Amino acid sequence: MIVRISTEGQYELGDSDVEGLNELDNKAVASCESGDPEEFNATFQALIAFVREHGQPVPEETLEPSDVILPPPDVSFEEARAEFSGEGLIPG
Amino acid sequence: MPGLSGRMSVVIKSKISKLLDRAEDPAETLEYSYQKQIELLQNVKKGIADVVTSKKRLQLQEQKLRDQVVKLDTQARQALAAGNEDLARTALERKNVAQTELQSLDTQIGQLEQQQEQLTASEQKLRAKIEQFRSRKEVIKAQYSAAEAQVRISEAASGVGEEMADVGLAMQRALDKTENMKARADAVQELEAAGTFDDLTQLGPGEDDIDRQLRQLSSSSEVDSELAKMKAELGTGSGAAGELGAGASAGAEQEAGAGGQPSQGQAS
Repeated sequence: MIVRISTEGQYELGDSDVEGLNELDNKAVASCESGDPEEFNATFQALIAFVREHGQPVPEETLEPSDVILPPPDVSFEEARAEFSGEGLIPG
Repeated sequence: MPGLSGRMSVVIKSKISKLLDRAEDPAETLEYSYQKQIELLQNVKKGIADVVTSKKRLQLQEQKLRDQVVKLDTQARQALAAGNEDLARTALERKNVAQTELQSLDTQIGQLEQQQEQLTASEQKLRAKIEQFRSRKEVIKAQYSAAEAQVRISEAASGVGEEMADVGLAMQRALDKTENMKARADAVQELEAAGTFDDLTQLGPGEDDIDRQLRQLSSSSEVDSELAKMKAELGTGSGAAGELGAGASAGAEQEAGAGGQPSQGQAS
């Protein structure tokens, strides 16, 4: 599975990592919705670290689209929140 | 995507897909997306140039502030040596403000440097992908039937498209940050224009308002401790030093000078 960290690049992750990734992702969303910036930042950074640790950087000449695209590592709590109310990082 | 129901990533991905859908008509995928790729590459170059310009501007301002810190320090010493503690305090308060500003400029310049590096890396990555796309499309055209070629080229184009969208996002974020820095740099320039860091001796009466604001801005405990340190260095002591202290040190200099001459005379 290919995971992109926005503004950083793509990583190839094995199938065995999907569950861990999914868990952290859902936790990040939950903390975002419950309005806890500290919890969100901690979880989101753990999510980014997980991808960097478990994934292999995808070579530059690969033209595969990603299966999953994560927000940029420096995303703020406010930006992430706006993402779920329809606006945010990527317009439209 | 087996089992992955992560919602955050799904939101982001669906938004990027929407961007791509808007940009790509499968019939025109090839030339259109190649053109778009080249266009975005130019934009990235321009974005990097903007970041470099902002950085240079901040560096100039940094140098100016550095000079002013030195100048205000000298003035504080001179004022103290002349027994004018109030003037020395004012100079130190301004120095304190300038130093705080200097620290934040340092941080900003560091951030811009990081952004410049990131964007340069993104540009290279995008260039590699575009190059790959160009050779891939020729191979696909030669090896597959028209219908199949269309599918494969679409796949490759959406891979490049995703990279483009991502570089576009990185650039937007870098420019937003640069805008914020510009706003702050402008605020500092206004302070400068208002005479905040100017030569104290050129300040006329009626500058009390600036002084009041400065006192609020600068940390008084830092100014106090620096003033005390300066006094100790100058040997003016504490309490009622003032003009008496200045007079005494001037006298000491004269004595030293007088003492120096005979010894020189003996040596020659």
